[in-house]
Formats: sequence, structure tokens, C-alpha cells
Amino acid sequence: MEAIIISVLKQAMIAGTPLLLGTVGEIICERSGILNLGVEGVMSVGAVVAFIVTYTTGHPWLGFIAAVAAGMAISLIHAFASITLQANQVVSGLALTMIGLGFSGMLGKPYVGKPLTIKINSFAIPYLSDIPVAGQVLFNQTPFFYMSVILALAAWFFLERTRPGIQVRSTGENPQATETQGVNVSLIRYMSVIAGGAFSAMAGAHLSTSYSSSWIEGMTAGRGWIVIALTIFSLWNPVRAIWVSFLFGGIFVLQYLLQPLGISPNFLAMLPYVATLVILLVISLKDSKRLNAPAMLGEPYKRGER
Amino acid sequence: MFKIRITGRKTITPLRSFMTNVSALAAGLVAVSIIFLFCGANPFFAIGKIFSGSFGSIYGIKETITKAIPLILIGSGLALAFRAKFWNIGAEGQLLLGAAFGTWTGLAWGSVLPSYIIIPLMFTAGFVGGALCGLIPAVLKVKFSINEVISTLMLNYICAEFITMLIVGPWKGKARFGFPGTDNLPASALLGVIPGSRIHYATLIIALLSAVVLCVIVYKTRFGYNVRVIGENPDAGRYAGIDFFKTSLIVMAVSGGAAGIAGVGEVAGIHHYLGYPDAISSGYGFTAIIVAWLAKLNPLYTIFSGIFFAGIMVGGDAIQISLGLPAATVDIVNGTLLVFLIMGDFFLKNKAVIRNR
Amino acid sequence: MHKLQKLEIKGISKSFQGFPANQDIDLDIKSGEILGLLGENGAGKTTLMNILYGLYQPDEGEIIVNGRTAQINSPLESIQCGIGMVHQHFMLIQNHSVIENIALGYKDTPFFFPKIKIRQKIIEFSNKFNFDIEPEKKIWQLSAGEQQRVEIIKALLNGADLLILDEPTSVLTPVEIKELFLILKEMVKLGHMVIIISHKLDEIMEICDRVVVLQKGKVVGSAVTKETDKRALAKMMIGRDVIFNMTKQAVPKGGQVLKVEHVEIPGDTGTRPAVHDVSFDIFENEIFGVAGVSGNGQRELAEAITGIRHVNSGHIFVKGCEITNNSPRRIHDAGISHVPEERIKFGIAPGLFLYDNAILKQQHLKKYSHRCFLDYCEIKNHAEVLMETYRVSAPSINTPTKNLSGGNIQKLILGREISDQPPLLVASHPTYGLDIGATEYLRQQLLDRRSKGGAVLLFSEDLEEIFELCDRIAIMYRGEFMGILDSNDKRLSEIGLMMAGSLKLECAA
Repeated sequence: MEAIIISVLKQAMIAGTPLLLGTVGEIICERSGILNLGVEGVMSVGAVVAFIVTYTTGHPWLGFIAAVAAGMAISLIHAFASITLQANQVVSGLALTMIGLGFSGMLGKPYVGKPLTIKINSFAIPYLSDIPVAGQVLFNQTPFFYMSVILALAAWFFLERTRPGIQVRSTGENPQATETQGVNVSLIRYMSVIAGGAFSAMAGAHLSTSYSSSWIEGMTAGRGWIVIALTIFSLWNPVRAIWVSFLFGGIFVLQYLLQPLGISPNFLAMLPYVATLVILLVISLKDSKRLNAPAMLGEPYKRGER
Repeated sequence: MFKIRITGRKTITPLRSFMTNVSALAAGLVAVSIIFLFCGANPFFAIGKIFSGSFGSIYGIKETITKAIPLILIGSGLALAFRAKFWNIGAEGQLLLGAAFGTWTGLAWGSVLPSYIIIPLMFTAGFVGGALCGLIPAVLKVKFSINEVISTLMLNYICAEFITMLIVGPWKGKARFGFPGTDNLPASALLGVIPGSRIHYATLIIALLSAVVLCVIVYKTRFGYNVRVIGENPDAGRYAGIDFFKTSLIVMAVSGGAAGIAGVGEVAGIHHYLGYPDAISSGYGFTAIIVAWLAKLNPLYTIFSGIFFAGIMVGGDAIQISLGLPAATVDIVNGTLLVFLIMGDFFLKNKAVIRNR
Repeated sequence: MHKLQKLEIKGISKSFQGFPANQDIDLDIKSGEILGLLGENGAGKTTLMNILYGLYQPDEGEIIVNGRTAQINSPLESIQCGIGMVHQHFMLIQNHSVIENIALGYKDTPFFFPKIKIRQKIIEFSNKFNFDIEPEKKIWQLSAGEQQRVEIIKALLNGADLLILDEPTSVLTPVEIKELFLILKEMVKLGHMVIIISHKLDEIMEICDRVVVLQKGKVVGSAVTKETDKRALAKMMIGRDVIFNMTKQAVPKGGQVLKVEHVEIPGDTGTRPAVHDVSFDIFENEIFGVAGVSGNGQRELAEAITGIRHVNSGHIFVKGCEITNNSPRRIHDAGISHVPEERIKFGIAPGLFLYDNAILKQQHLKKYSHRCFLDYCEIKNHAEVLMETYRVSAPSINTPTKNLSGGNIQKLILGREISDQPPLLVASHPTYGLDIGATEYLRQQLLDRRSKGGAVLLFSEDLEEIFELCDRIAIMYRGEFMGILDSNDKRLSEIGLMMAGSLKLECAA
């Protein structure tokens, strides 16, 4: 019984890892006032680039770095459209998703169905992993898991306890006031979008080089959209995002857990999406005012206009 | 030193608007060709193939019109929804649910009712299915302030899984020999096609009517006025006493319903049975977003933009076969064109002056 | 030691979309001086200061700092020159604490753990100028005067030797104004210089050493305050002698139009209601004014009467019919028209055409529609009539409304709301931000409504406007009426005390 519990919890952590990475990235991005609906596309690009580079070079970490670089590069599309061109962020984000999904499909075509011989494996932290239950669940995990938690904490520290963090949050709350304080609003927003892209790409890299170690089109399976919902659920707080993401990882795992009971697998596959709606509903019933949402989220900022 | 100054444009003539869109599309195609080059395909050949494949032959034109039917239907509905600033990204799911409702109606009564009764009935059922799927996010948005982009997208996935569940489970056809999918619709429940093509003319007529009628609704009726006011400035809508809830419900029912009708058209006109979601809709719901955007959210113009993007879909299929490019190529083309349309909007609203200083 | 000793502006011009906001402006200021920049709304004062602060780039002209030409391309460069600005609408982040707001712009904010150092700095400064500010409080919890002090600290911490204050007194109570002036005088003694932008003659006369007058984007005169008087300045500012000379006809009070009984109205944030236990009534042939510093519940009261906001308790009647918490449309049909406070935000749909906006809130009326179709012929006629009658200047009725100037939008809204002769017109700050001609015209329209049997509920911060137009005046403070007085009541001399909440008349009912 204990073995099952450990295995389930461990799987939940693994399934929650890409969600956490993506959510933290989206939090940083949205805190600066830019709504990025392109997460799904960027994740997909991250996944395919990480896979291809790992497959051809045999170095998964090289693949990881390449994925991050690709994620940052492709996010520039959304940054340029929504910041420089002041375009509608919903439409621009959708365009990014389309391009990302298309691009990854195109690049990845020759690699479909080829398994990775080498992948990023679990790494047990000495001593800590000997703790009963928690040791196995929390300290015998893939590096992605450790990284996601550390990055989430780091993101919180960055936003709440550093000067540029204040600048990012101020930009999302009131770009005009921020500009008058001598802060380059466009630069901050560009950086935040690019950082968000890097995080999403990491999530993708986790999917293709650690979670499943193969590439198929559409392997992100809507995680990019769930991330956007989790950003709301975590009230734009990276620390809250940690448990929110792993809770959701648990829902992903629940699918496989319930399958032996004879429930239709397609019905179970709906679970994460239904859960997303339910959770948004719960949030809205709890605090209808959305106290923590960046005030200027999704609003283009025009400098020197009156 | 050169300095670029961006200043707002005061007046926008229809001609300028048209020309900007055309040049944005042209620039977009140049960008697409660079991507093709990057992927090792000859861009001139690839883009030439896209257009010769779609508009260059009688067969291509027939196929283009076939694919334009759902795009115009969904696109005109989305144009209405986007006018009200309701970001309905869930047309894909609405199409599927409409298709399911229509199929069920056709299978249940198709064998006992004559065509002229069963087909309108199926379209009605499809409208109801799509509308139901559209109403959920409308209620969630107005009553619980849940972002409609997320809710409509989640419903896409939920609908797709739901349909798959039906066709591998309770709805699996007896004549399918264990393969997923419902039985074929009875002959009376099938849509007539123009001989020698797959153009199911009944849906085509509905699509054209939808574009025209929705255009009249948007620009000539009180309801359309309310929709435009809400979309332009929700606070002004509140001030003017426009019923947000009611307006959103109607907009989403129409928008979802149009997608649902498109779903019925696909099933009863082309596939003749309900199969895998991927097979029923090849991304119409997403492409229609760009169709609506290119049409400047005017339902009437979706007729033209719908045909254009249908051409790109058909041409995309053509280059898949001839150049061995993946199906995702069309997504890149679509996404890139959308980005360039956004840029076009920017240069339509502003002008850039390069100054030497 | 001050790095900025002397600042000159030479030949600055700036135009927006072909409309000149500043033309060939010269200005200078040196250490220890308070300069007043006087002018009507729309005279180009704020534009000029935004150029100085690096928010806009001038089309022509130069800024000379300590005798050397300076390029100011951004607020950052302006701050480096020693210039600080306090905008009329405070540039503060409402959801952030005082510390975070100040840390944002302070040049020596540490990278890590910035809050610790900034807290000390704030306390230091508060002591120096006798401020009283809690660093941990969120901005939205502060009063307008306190917020302004945060802005001043922000500027001074960045080493501002020149402080630009844009309409600094518009949101303050008389007591807070006194306090502000004390702080400014203290600063000047320490060698700072101050530019005050204002259109209020009294304040300019009281605090400034010198004054420069702008009119329609040009400098039309300057004077040393000791050597001039209000009348001369007013003449310069307006460009003619008489300020206002409206004749208010004596008309007998008619029947009751509006009756408000003990309403309590919730605010946007916080638990305290925005309006608490307010009762009053308005009669035909009457203009009822609500005076007070904005943000004391006026907006919420106007919204509740027009149906945009629900009331917690209490009752509202129009001509005897209860309309409490009815929809805006039903209230409109019951006879209340509304000129909203933030006209761009509420009053129009900016992307739609002028003729579309000419019927906003009336689109359901029979005269503009046949069944569910709108009668655009009739609508366009109506729009033409409105444009003509209310002197809306626009290229045509087919212009997108966002291309109209603020004054013309306001005339359009007022025309739309008045044209079908509503029994009650609720007008919130109808002349705010308008030039003198438009103001005069709009006020005349309100008086016309009054003499034609209509009632007007006027919300205004402009006491001059209130005194000139109103038959009865209520003073609002923190969501309550401090008193309701007839326009000839002697106690009106104490209106300043009532606006600040230090005097409440018991007969307020």
C-alpha cells in the first residue's frame, strides 16, 4: 500500500513539474501586464527543440539549453506584437500558439516515433532521500522537479524582494506611473515575456526529454492552457503556484489510477480540463474581485499619448 | 541619425484599409517563404503550389469552396462574438458538439422521416448543440467572471474527448467492424452535393446567408448596436443600460450555433458518419479566428476571407503531398499571416515617419 | 548644494496630430523661486511640463540647464537633471505600499531587499519636513493629501531641485492646501525651486513669486505677483475683461422631481460604504449642487441615482415612483438623464461614429427604431441637429467619436442628454477640462434647463461654478452631507470647513 501511495505521489510531482514551470513563467509575464496565451505553442517548441538536440547530440542538457533559447526567441513574436505594436494580446497570443504548434510539428516530423536512448534521469539527493515516504516523493526526482521548485521560490524572491521585481510588478499595475519613475516599461515587458517563454520552453523540454522521452505532435495536450488557468488559481503568487501545480499533477495521475475501475479512458482524459473549469469557478466564488490580478493586465501601453 | 516617429492617423479610408491588409498578407507570405527555406523547401515552389493547388484547377476550386463553407459559417459567428469582445476560441468544440447532435438526430429519425424534414431538423439540432456549448462560457464569464478564452479552450478538449468516448463506446456503429465511429447516416439524412464535387450546397447557402444576415444584424439592428457598444466600451454599455447577460448569451448562442451547423454540414455532407474529432474538423475553429480577424470583424467580409483561408488549407494539403511537408505547415502559414495582419492593423492606425536629424 | 541652479526653456513648440498644444514658449526659473504657470484648461500648461519632464519630445525648441543645452529624452534623463514632477493625477501604484512606490523610482534602491533601506529613508524624510506617513500602508488607504506627500518625497529623494506641481490643490481640502504651502515654502528656503501649474488665481497670488500666463499654447504675459493683481492676471489668462456674467432668472420652485431617502451605497473597495445615510430632494426649476472634494462619494451617489450602482439600503423616487435599484434603462425612461463624470470612460463608445453615440442609451426608444431595426435616417438627422444646436465641432457625423476633442465630446453628451427635455439631469463635473467658451456655453444650457421646468443635480468641485448656478447646495464629505444650504445662506462662508469635515450642520435633511 505504501509503495502505491509513494508511486502515486511521485507521479503527481512529475506530472505537476511542467505545469509549475509554465505557471511561474506566466506569472512573471502577467505581473508585467502582458497576457501571453502562447504558452501552449512555446511549450511545444521547447519540447521539440529539446528532443531534436538531445537526439542528435546525445546530450540532454544541451537540448535543454537549446529549448530555452528557442522558447525565448519565439516569444519575441508576442512581445513585439503586444508591446511595440500595442496589438490585442489575445489575438497575438493565439497567433504565437499557432506558429509554435505549426513550427514544432514541422520540425519534429522526421522524429516522430523515435525514442530517446538517453534522457534526463532521476537523481536522489543523498541523505534526504532516505526520509520515509517524503524522501522518495520529494528527494528522489528528476532535476526538472528540483529546478521547478527552486525557480518558483526564486521567482517569488525576485518579484517581492528585489528592485527589478518591484519594477515588473509596477509595470503591470500602472505602466504610466512606472514610466514617470524613469523605468523603461517596454524593456521590462520584453524581458518578462522572454523570461516567461524560457520557463514555458523548460516545461516542454521536461515533457520530451524526461517525462516521456519521445516526441509526438500535440504532446503538450493543452497543458499550456491549463497553465494560464493555474496562474489565476495561484493568485499570481509563485509560491502558491507550487502546491497548485502539484495538486493538478495529482489530477493528471488520477486518470491512470482510475482506469482499472473500468471507467472510459476518454472520460478520464477530460478530468484535467473539467477540473480547470471547476477550480476557476471555485476561485470566482471565493473572491469575486480578483484582488491580486495585475491592474493593467492585457492593456497595451502607449507612451507619450494623450 | 535617423529617427522613426510613430504618429496616429486621423482618418482611415476603406481603400487604405484594404491595401494595408493586402500588403500585410503579401509580407506574411514572404515571411512564410523564409520559414519554408529554413525547413529546406523551395519557397517559390511551395507558395506557388499552395495557390495553384487551391485556385489553379477546377478540382482545387471545388475543394476550396467545400472548405470555405465551415470557415464562413464559423467566421461570421466569431465576427459577431469578437465584436462584443467575447473571445470565443471554442468554435472547434462547438462544431463537434453540433456534429454530435446532428448525427444523433439523423441516426435516430433519418430512416423514418423524409429528407425535407430530417435535414432541417438536423441543422436545428446542430445549432442547439453548438449553442449549448457556447452558452456555458457565456454564463461563466458574465456570472462568475471566468476568462472566456480559457473556458472555451477547455471545452474544446472536453468536447473532443466526449465525442471520442461516444464513438468508441455507446455510439460505435454495428457496420464499422469494431473501428471507432458511428454507422453511416441513412440516405435521407445526407446532404446533396453539386455533382462532381463535395460542395454540400445546403450548408453553403446557410453559410452565405449567415454572413449576410449577421452583417445586417451587426450594423442595422438595435441588438447589433448594443453588441458594438459593449465591445467598444463595456462601461458605456453599463451606462446605457444594455443587458450584458442577455447580450452575451445571444451572441454566444449564435456564434456557437453557427459552428454547430458547420459541424452538421461536415458530417452529413462529407463524412456521412461521426468519426474521430480530428477527422471531422481539420482545425476549422481556429482558422476561423483568423478569417474573422481578416474580415475586420465584418460578418459579410468573412465570405472573402473564408475563401482565402480555405484556399490556404487546400493548398497546404497539396504541398503536404508534393513536398512531403507535415500537416502542421498550415498552422505556421496561418499563424504568420495573423501576426502580419496585426502588424498591418498597427500601420493602419499609425504612420511611421522616418526623419533625418 | 544644488546641481540645478537655473533652468530656461527657449522656443518650445509641440503639436498633437496637427493641433498645436505649445507654440514658441519661453520660460525661466532659478533657485529659491516659486513660479506659477497660469492658464485655462487646455492652454498647454501640462503639455509644457511633460516636455520638461521628458514624457513628450518637443517638435522644436530647447531646454537649457545651468546655461547648457540639455537633451531630455525620458523621465530618467529629466530626473538626472534634477527635475521632479508631481502630476495632477498622482502617478502612484494604488495596490502597492508607500515603500514600494518610492523604491520604484529611487536611484539608490538596493538590488536585494530594497524595502529595508527605503523604509529608513521615508522615516528620515518624514521627520525633516514634518510629514506623517506610514511606510507600510497601501496607497489606496491614504488620503489625497498623504498621497501627494508620497509624490513629493519621491521627487525629493531623487534629488529634485526643481519640483513641478500640476494642479496640486485640485484634490485637497482647504486645510491640506495650507499644509502643502507650508512644505513648499520650507523647500524654497532650502534652495529648491518650484513650478506650480494652476488655473486658480487666489492660490497663484498667495504662493508664487512670479507668474507666467499661457493661453492657447502661447505665453501671453508674465508678472511678479507682488506687482500685479488678480484682475490683471484674469484678463491675461482669458484674454478679455469679464469673467462670467450669467443671469440667473428667478423662477418659482415647482413640484418635487427627485426624492432620495437615507441611501447607503457601497464603494469599490473596502468595507466602509461610499455613501452613508444621505437624504435630499430636488424640485422643478431648480439646480441642486453637490460640492466637495472629489472622492467623497459623489461618483457613487450619481451612479446609484442613475442605476449604474446598486444601493445597500434606502429609497430613491422620481416624481413619486420608486426607482431604487432599477436598471439604468428604466431609470432613463422614468426621466433621469446622466452626464457621467468620466465622459470618455462611460459616456461614449469611442470607436463608433458620432451618430451612433448620439443615441446611446436612447437606442431602445420608438423614434429611433422600427421593431428591432434602427432607423439610421432618423438617427443621422438627430445627430445633425445635435451637432448644430450644441455646437459640436467635428468634420461630420460620420467621424469616429474618439477623434473629437474632450470639449466636443462633452457637448455631444450634454446635448444628447438634454435634447429630450428630461425632468431631471444628473451632471457630474460637466465643465471639467473645458475651455472658457465651452464652459460658459454648457453652464448656460444648464440654466436654460432650469428655466424650462427641468431639475438639475450638479456635482462639481468648482465652487465658483456651484455658487453661480445652484439654488441649493449640499456639501459632501466622506459619504455624508455636511449640510444643505440655500444659495443665499450666510453660512456658505464656512463651506471650506464643511468640505474638510470639521463642521456639520444638523439641519442637513
